[in-house]
Amino acid sequence: MINRYTGRTFVLEVTLWIAAAAFVVPLFALVNLALKAPRNSTGALTIEGEYSLENFARAWVDGKLGPALVNSIVVLVASVLIVLLVASLASYMLARITAGWSRGLFYVFMLGLVIPLQLGVLPLFISMRDIGLNGSILAVILVGAGHSIPFAVFVITMFLRESPLDFEDAAALDGCGPIRIFWYIVVPLMRPALGTVAILAGISIWNSFFVPLLFLSGTGNETLPVRISGFVRTYTADWPAVFAALVISAAPILVAYFALQKYIIQGFAGGLKG
Amino acid sequence: MSRSLTISPAVWQRARKVSARPGRGFTTRRVPFWFVLPALAVYGFVTLVPSARGGLYGFSDWNGFSEDFNLVGFENYVRIFTDPLALAALGNTFTFALITMILQNALGLVLALALNTVIKSSGVLQTIFFAPVVLTPLVCGYIWSYLLAPTGAVNTFLTSVGLDALRQNWLGDPQFALGAVSVAYLWQFTGFSMVIYLAGLKALPSEVIEAAIIDGAGPVRRFVSIVFPLINGAVVITLVLTLINGMGQFDQVYAMTEGGPLRATETISTVVFKVGFQGGDLPYATALATVMAVVVASLATIQYRTAARKD
Repeated sequence: MINRYTGRTFVLEVTLWIAAAAFVVPLFALVNLALKAPRNSTGALTIEGEYSLENFARAWVDGKLGPALVNSIVVLVASVLIVLLVASLASYMLARITAGWSRGLFYVFMLGLVIPLQLGVLPLFISMRDIGLNGSILAVILVGAGHSIPFAVFVITMFLRESPLDFEDAAALDGCGPIRIFWYIVVPLMRPALGTVAILAGISIWNSFFVPLLFLSGTGNETLPVRISGFVRTYTADWPAVFAALVISAAPILVAYFALQKYIIQGFAGGLKG
Repeated sequence: MSRSLTISPAVWQRARKVSARPGRGFTTRRVPFWFVLPALAVYGFVTLVPSARGGLYGFSDWNGFSEDFNLVGFENYVRIFTDPLALAALGNTFTFALITMILQNALGLVLALALNTVIKSSGVLQTIFFAPVVLTPLVCGYIWSYLLAPTGAVNTFLTSVGLDALRQNWLGDPQFALGAVSVAYLWQFTGFSMVIYLAGLKALPSEVIEAAIIDGAGPVRRFVSIVFPLINGAVVITLVLTLINGMGQFDQVYAMTEGGPLRATETISTVVFKVGFQGGDLPYATALATVMAVVVASLATIQYRTAARKD
């Protein structure tokens, strides 16, 4: 074995742990301050004085985070389901039909990876206003799905182009129609790609702030990040309450991360296993 | 404008191989073309059509409400280059994107190299360094605005180690604000670069490296002559990727400074938001967004070319 654990490796490991500790400090400060009683003014970095859940109660009630949490979940689930459905249908076609127009269409989708959100977002705002969807959660669901489609089409199409055709051929010979082939053969086949898309699109939609800020700000339909930004505006100097609100909003994604970290990191690194 | 969905180098490079394959199979003719329509409809409504309209409005004087509008040529573009706000935003956007691109990738690469050794806690450390990546950027921005406040943790820490002289009003001083926002951004996204480089390093053939060790090449020599040439495709793609992401920066700036103080952290995105959405000057905002789109598209072309050049 060439790579042995030496004294230098130990020094490296200790150094990395010091760096990791520095990385964790902001998260520690976040949770620590949120848990301190409002009267406890000992700062975010030390563990001393009185602790309570009062900040959470205040943030939850005064910040109206409950409805916002529900809205965020609705947007997340609906957008991800729409993306998975329409992108997998489209990718199946784009991967299997190899005529020139199909390839051209694929590049039209890829254009979406290059166009920055900023270019279309104001005209889109006007379109939504004209059809009366501004302030509605439906607008944010549609936009969240639409922005994830190019990425999803890319990942799923590439995955399908690498996958075998034998099962589809056999099913077609047995008289299976395209919709049944898609549902019973292609969908199970592309499950790893769908998983990657669901995770990456889900994180991006859950965290998105700019689009919901434009479409929902000031309405009763705000998602969590928009509601939090409103709460911070009214409670500027009240950091403990603000931090409790931030913990409430960060908790779901961090819990999901620690539960699914293997898949999440693999997804980001492009290590799609077929 | 949280981080856009990104396609990692590994996927890009494989895509090149796959799309070079000829069409095959007999099922190909059996997939109905309408399968593509739902996706095309949503994508067209949300991205394609509005972006095309955005490109058009940049050459017009449309106020967003009236029935018709006039095309005014490059008037809006000329305004950009005489408007101190837009110029500050362009400068800040490029400065921020460049600084964060360099540091995020340098730090990410160093961490990846360090984790790709025989250390025992590699997995746990990777989990820790990557955790901020999934955090909501807005939340990250608020955490750091607390830490960097005049009486915040950073200044408290400086005092406690006797470096009182270094205390600053990090977010309130135009000299430091953009750097302070960059720190928050780097804390959040260094783990992203790290994970991509780590995947690249893990995919390297171990025989080549072992042969180099036997031939007496030290760690630096191995990195310069063997490891880096093998991963440089991934490095270029990741550099462009992080540059594009840095240019779209909005959430953390909104949380930390809202573009202030004195325009020191104003970016293209914050100006598009302020001028277009709050100020109602649609043509001007879309012209500014078009400038950004042209830059991003050019960078993405470089990215694609690089991906295509490999293998």
